[in-house]
Amino acid sequence: MTTSAERRASALSASGGRASSAPLLGRDEEPTVFDLSRPGRRAHSFRTTALPEWEADELVPSEHLRPEPVELAEVSERDLVAHFTRLSHRQYSVDLGAYPLGSCTMKYNPKVCDDVAALAGLARSHPAAPALLVQGWLELLVGLEDALCRITGMAAATLQPAAGAAGELTGLLLMRAWHEAQGQQRRRVIIPDSAHGTNPASVTLGGFEVATVPSDERGCVDLAALRSTLGPDVAGIMLTNPNTLGLFEEDITEIAAAVHQVGGLLYYDGANLNAILGVTRPGDMGFDIVHMNLHKTFATPHGGGGPGAGPVAVSERLVPYLPGPRPVRRPDGQFDWETPPRSIGRVHGWHGNALVLARAYAFILANGGDGLRRVADCAVLNANWLRRRLSATYDVPFDRPSMHEFVASTTSLRRQHGLRAVDVAKRLLEEGFHAPTVYFPLIVDEALMIEPTETESLQTLEALAEAFERIAGEAATAGGLEAAHAAPRTTPVSRVDEARAARQLIPTWDQRPASE
Amino acid sequence: MAGYVPHTDEEIDAMLAFVGVASLDELYGAVPGALRLAGGLDLAPGLSEPDVLAAVSGLAGRNRAAELVCFAGAGAYDHEIPAATRALAGRSEFVTAYTPYQPEVSQGVLQALFEYQTLLCRLSGMEISNASLYDGANACVEAANLAVAATGRQQLWVSQGLHPHWRQTLATFAAGTGHEMVEAPLADGTTRWPADGEPAAVIVQSPNFLGCLEDLHGARHAADAAGALMVVARDPVASGLLRTPGELGADVVVGEGQPFGIPLSYGGPYLGLFTTRQSLVRRLPGRLVGETVDTEGRRAYVTTLRAREQDIRREKASSNVCTNQTLMAVAAAIQLSWLGTAGLRELAVRCARGTRYCREALLAIDGVEPAAPAPVLREFAVRTPVPPTALVERLADEGFLAGVAVDEGFEGTDYQGSLLVAVTERRTRAEIDAFAAAFEKAVR
Ligand SMILES: Cc1ncc(COP(=O)(O)O)c(C=O)c1O
Repeated sequence: MTTSAERRASALSASGGRASSAPLLGRDEEPTVFDLSRPGRRAHSFRTTALPEWEADELVPSEHLRPEPVELAEVSERDLVAHFTRLSHRQYSVDLGAYPLGSCTMKYNPKVCDDVAALAGLARSHPAAPALLVQGWLELLVGLEDALCRITGMAAATLQPAAGAAGELTGLLLMRAWHEAQGQQRRRVIIPDSAHGTNPASVTLGGFEVATVPSDERGCVDLAALRSTLGPDVAGIMLTNPNTLGLFEEDITEIAAAVHQVGGLLYYDGANLNAILGVTRPGDMGFDIVHMNLHKTFATPHGGGGPGAGPVAVSERLVPYLPGPRPVRRPDGQFDWETPPRSIGRVHGWHGNALVLARAYAFILANGGDGLRRVADCAVLNANWLRRRLSATYDVPFDRPSMHEFVASTTSLRRQHGLRAVDVAKRLLEEGFHAPTVYFPLIVDEALMIEPTETESLQTLEALAEAFERIAGEAATAGGLEAAHAAPRTTPVSRVDEARAARQLIPTWDQRPASE
Repeated sequence: MAGYVPHTDEEIDAMLAFVGVASLDELYGAVPGALRLAGGLDLAPGLSEPDVLAAVSGLAGRNRAAELVCFAGAGAYDHEIPAATRALAGRSEFVTAYTPYQPEVSQGVLQALFEYQTLLCRLSGMEISNASLYDGANACVEAANLAVAATGRQQLWVSQGLHPHWRQTLATFAAGTGHEMVEAPLADGTTRWPADGEPAAVIVQSPNFLGCLEDLHGARHAADAAGALMVVARDPVASGLLRTPGELGADVVVGEGQPFGIPLSYGGPYLGLFTTRQSLVRRLPGRLVGETVDTEGRRAYVTTLRAREQDIRREKASSNVCTNQTLMAVAAAIQLSWLGTAGLRELAVRCARGTRYCREALLAIDGVEPAAPAPVLREFAVRTPVPPTALVERLADEGFLAGVAVDEGFEGTDYQGSLLVAVTERRTRAEIDAFAAAFEKAVR
């Protein structure tokens, strides 16, 4: 007989709940839909309308008409379903297993949000419908904006930007409009050398020049270097806090004061907001503009590369500049659209990625204030547990308590055994895990940027840690490095020839070389 | 409260001990005390799953627009979405993956994007398609940026027939890039280009915002005379019947891909379509998937020509896009394959039939006049005796979303104050007859 305490103790170390997936199915090539196509096959069917059956030339002047239909694939519904189902079997996803991709916050996406996004009242609303007919949508958007402002400590937000990078550019245009309204042309925007690539790209598109500030030996912004870069031509600074090393910028208050001192604004890249939910807020740190990646922090699924949503929240003084129109609650309780007096204009064709916004709203409702704090707590706990555990086998260049992610490195393993970050990544795929982010941030050699997120259990972290350790251990054995170089072998394809893809570009099926 | 965090209290204690801190609070030692949020977030406590659904369903139920028979278009159309598209595009392997950074475990998304790129090139008559942008408006912004970079010029000739929201979006981003926008007015529903200037691009939408077919030969001539690129915005459904922009000399073709398997969704997530010529591939914004092989010579797919992108080129990148609309592109590839060769043509024909039928029915009503004489395909503007906003409200009470009022972006033109009406393949004769009858009453 085991006591319940013993059962609990053994459950703590059991392998249940280990979120990995090896191997994926489907190691044969999947033909393309064009290979499956046979003339005359069809899947489509249309509603019976009883309309007159006018021919094309009775509908459109002939000079506009194409002579032949566009050649698409011709497949049966059965073939269509089989093809895309098999493709789905060749795809790793959060629903299959852990996805510790640093900076991407690949947490589990609650299924209730799928149901929310499928609600007919949301999914079937036309975006040009007058406000009167979409009061529920407007109330949802206003409610989400309010929640996001409470979470970030800001005054108001636009929900239009479709992703983080769109939010960045929106924020930079807000910065530009603000300075222009003060009668100032400011040229430079400061970003740290650890910044994500979208930051400098957005700076250029915003019409500014990038000024890079180095990180110090603690992995944080070098305050002295920052001070010497600051001047009256600085429009602002873009920071993510915690930064891309997973470290909290401890000098943030001093940074904010120094930037504000020269009349600059502070932009918060919210990619790492997950770490601070309910702990601290960008508004309290002195930030003026904040974007959020709802497809990270607020669990909206990433769709294999989008859609996301990148709302931008601002402090009081920037509210008049927000993109418009904005959803507002009128004094009579009705909801309507309103364009702020000095609006920079639209940044999206409609109102933003509305169904993504609805999913995030549902996630916030489900978690509530306490739940969001627990999200941060467990995200940070998971990252620190894994950092502590892996620091015995891997280099951890800034080995002190991190926030929601940390950056390891194979510098020593490479020197000793030739093991590179990319090898670890590819071996992890064999182990049934997604790889961490590799070679980013740029300031860490052989970087492995690891973000477990709060939704992975201790058992999963243990399995992931064992896999990391096994990979490092093998590299030291005879033939170990060769095995790492041969990885992955259990995946639908082995290492892919990226150089060939660029050298002999085949961007469509129609441009395949004739021999294929 | 619904719980998505798996940790038990015992596990948390064990993990804290391993990390070497006494409490969860202590994990935040690096956060200065003065910045700590006292009292937690000012949000309601968490809800259970059924309570969340009930709360959001309540809001959804207050969107009367979703229940109306839809005659609104203006770039967002009420098309059929078949069960197969919904089921396949909703597969969680596609839905819950990240960007395909690890091609060995991302062949599903990569191959679907490769197929999407092929389909898009065939639709547009171009050689290169990227793997999606945020929406049509943002695709148009990227096209303008490409043209400016390719020509070294700053001016853009923008047709007034381009969706007014797209024109506004272009103007917003031009504040950063410094591009100068020159609007080319409409006359009789089609664009009149300026006689001289040094534009980087002429940007024309056909069918345009008012539904009218533009003279793309004329646009090409204007572009050639000025030494500019031609950017064509094209409703992809129209490609089922119309000559491709590629055939008519377009350098970039952009569009809004929503009609292919994407619900109206109150305006997003939609799908920005972007295709161009081979010669411009190194200026392509966003991701591009290419075919290659793996170490065993098996066919494989991977994102390629990556040196264009922001993570490598950083401040020198011509686009900042990272996360795009991949899932929507996958849905479009599925939907286009469900339609097939005959189905896409039939879709366009059915839209055009309904449009003609509806247009004739409305124009038969006393006081309803065409807003422009140019030929249309799937959408048309009419002038009515009653202001369009009032008309839309009245007809909503009869069960119809009557259309979209033409207003901002057309200030001071003949078109301002007209009503834009769209008809998709979902509209039956009975619905259109009932709509026309209600319309007649409403304009009296
Ligand atoms: C630190 C950081 N900033 C910005 C971004 C850009 O966000 P998005 O991909 O949503 O455009 C990312 C996402 O990868 C990121 O990790």
